Amino acid sequence: MKWHGLDGGQFQVSETDHILFDTTARLFQSVVTPEILESAGRGVWPQAVWQGVEELGLPLALVPEEQGGFGVDPLEALGVVRIAAQFALPLPLAETMLANRILGAAGLTLPEGALTVAPTQRDDALSLRRDGNGWHLGGTARRVPWGRDAAAVVVVATDAEGAFWVALVPSGAFAVALGDNLAGEPRDDLSFDVRLPAEAVAPAPDGFDAEGVRLAGAALRAIQMAGAMGRLLDMTVDYANERVQFGRPIGKFQAVQQSLAVLAGLAAVSSGAADLAAEALAESLDPLRIAVAKARTAEAATTAAAIAHQVHGAIGFTHEHSLHTVTRRLWSWRDEFGGEALWNRRIGQAVALGGADALWPMIAAA
Amino acid sequence: MTIINFPPPPRVDLEDLRAEVRDFLATELADRRPRDRARTWSGFDADFSRKMGERGWIGMTWPKAYGGHERSALERYVVLEEMLAAGAPVAAHWIADRQSGPLLLKVGTEEQRQAILPRIAAGECFFCIGMSEPDSGSDLAAVRTRATPVEGGFRVNGTKLWTTYGHKSHYMILFCRTGGQDERHGGTSQFLVDLNTPGVTVRPIADLSGEHHFNEVVFEDAFLPSSALIGTLGEGWKQVMGELAFERSGPERFLSSFALLVEAVRVLGKDPSDAAQAAIGRLTGHIVTLRRLSRSVAGMLEKGEDPALQASLVKDQGAILEQELPDVIRGLIDVEASQNTENELSATLAHLVLHAPSFSLRGGTREILRGIIARGLGLR
Repeated sequence: MKWHGLDGGQFQVSETDHILFDTTARLFQSVVTPEILESAGRGVWPQAVWQGVEELGLPLALVPEEQGGFGVDPLEALGVVRIAAQFALPLPLAETMLANRILGAAGLTLPEGALTVAPTQRDDALSLRRDGNGWHLGGTARRVPWGRDAAAVVVVATDAEGAFWVALVPSGAFAVALGDNLAGEPRDDLSFDVRLPAEAVAPAPDGFDAEGVRLAGAALRAIQMAGAMGRLLDMTVDYANERVQFGRPIGKFQAVQQSLAVLAGLAAVSSGAADLAAEALAESLDPLRIAVAKARTAEAATTAAAIAHQVHGAIGFTHEHSLHTVTRRLWSWRDEFGGEALWNRRIGQAVALGGADALWPMIAAA
Repeated sequence: MTIINFPPPPRVDLEDLRAEVRDFLATELADRRPRDRARTWSGFDADFSRKMGERGWIGMTWPKAYGGHERSALERYVVLEEMLAAGAPVAAHWIADRQSGPLLLKVGTEEQRQAILPRIAAGECFFCIGMSEPDSGSDLAAVRTRATPVEGGFRVNGTKLWTTYGHKSHYMILFCRTGGQDERHGGTSQFLVDLNTPGVTVRPIADLSGEHHFNEVVFEDAFLPSSALIGTLGEGWKQVMGELAFERSGPERFLSSFALLVEAVRVLGKDPSDAAQAAIGRLTGHIVTLRRLSRSVAGMLEKGEDPALQASLVKDQGAILEQELPDVIRGLIDVEASQNTENELSATLAHLVLHAPSFSLRGGTREILRGIIARGLGLR
């Protein structure tokens, strides 16, 4: 199956058994146009695109059937997250899937519409205090993905005893200060000072305390970065085969070939790392596998973006060319939910505590 | 989307086997110093190989009819990675197990298989590789060693180089010319050479650390019987290419520096600096990821696929990690590398520093490997 990419390049698609993957890829291919990316980057919510996402049932793809989902294998759902990132889908699809998974596990009602999760920042903490039959939610959560556009936010907060709860907070119930990441994706500061009814709040499900949300977020970004790097490899190989200088495609020069081989290696390690993250997210949010995945993909993304820009030359540095729609996302996502430094320190801490002789067993169990 | 596929490795519980191997290693390698573990698959120990053979850990995937054990590629992988992580001296049987035996299984005669394979599986028959020559390293198709037909067999003349442990091997798989010099890929063949054959001389070549494992092997009118031909006359190139995916993707392609990482963790203790934690964590994460890809390739090999592109990617990324590891450790710990010292970290670092240049040269030189990858991406 061959598609035409946003830059006019052709995508070669391997035949998949996955109707879900083929269907979502076809959808994203047709609706994520340069115009949509341009306007989304300026803060315009692409409602028609979101509608297409909803029509495929994707928001519930990470919810088990018994909690209201459609029985989609979580690894396949996360494969869709990866494909969405390949197409630079300018929507909180990953965040909505995660939010619904948390709500389902907590036994809360699954709402319609786009969702997001908070807090995302390590230093932010939201608090819940009893207020008659309901609760009062207070605090600020910074850099919440699509906070301004979400129909509701799923928040994790602590009560006076330090126990974790999750709450579904509808749009309009919080103040929004606009912000964005390097790719122009909305990253808004949300301030809460609101009363919530009892039915909007539940004890945080297993694994989804504040750290659990950050682990899940890190896993999602690792998966997204792997998708974006796959796209980067494709775009860059196509460009090298098409751009002619000195009488031949630049892809014929060995120096360029060597760089592309490195780019392919980085896409490959990122793919493996993303698979580790997906398995961890689908199972028990194993911190080691997620830390490895986030750190490795973030590091790979840095070099991958650099190689892609170098091969594309000046044209790839323009706003008009679509390369930046991928690289700015990589530069953003590598920092979100913790960058390499943070996650590598976590791994190193665990290694040091375990000691030298426990290192190999730790690796073999990952 | 050009997707280079790395399917998930089969999910099988192999923890019993893993525990068995760890117990064995805990006993056999109890007193092995870190600096010696650093040799890993370059450490030659005929006794150790025989013991592995006795445990059924050589020729694991081969048919029982040939002394093998009909176990899966993933089971074999468990044994290999435990051996390498512990720095076991597996060099003696390594090549025989990894590629010489599988070659005979694939294209050898029944007589060759019966004569050789059980002995390899027993850990008693060692092989070396006869590919590189003085004028033919990466450019394997330029080999000049020639086997000329004579009555009853072939007369061989030429020189092979970088023959690892040729001086301690029983056999060599020789890759040489049997057709016209102008046919680059056609006109080559493979032979099973008994290294006791008259006219075959093995001369040592020391590496820059002073160690002897390389050799030059000279053929002067050496006679090989017809029965020494492996596979089809003139099909040497095709046969060799089939070997390479096996050679390129295993745990030996990213664990060569592991002993140094272990030693560094020991020296850094329970509460190292943030920077040290991050550096150690990063290296650990690289190994975890490469292991994931490598096991995926093992799964593909088990299914009879030929994941040449994937194997090359794993090898390329693995060599980068292996070579940078000593540099990262030097950046964390103030230590002077020395081969003559009581200090294990210093000696282990010395071994790795001296041998690291070879990690991107052996088994497929980096630049050539990247050219192969580029071709796989559709650039050539």
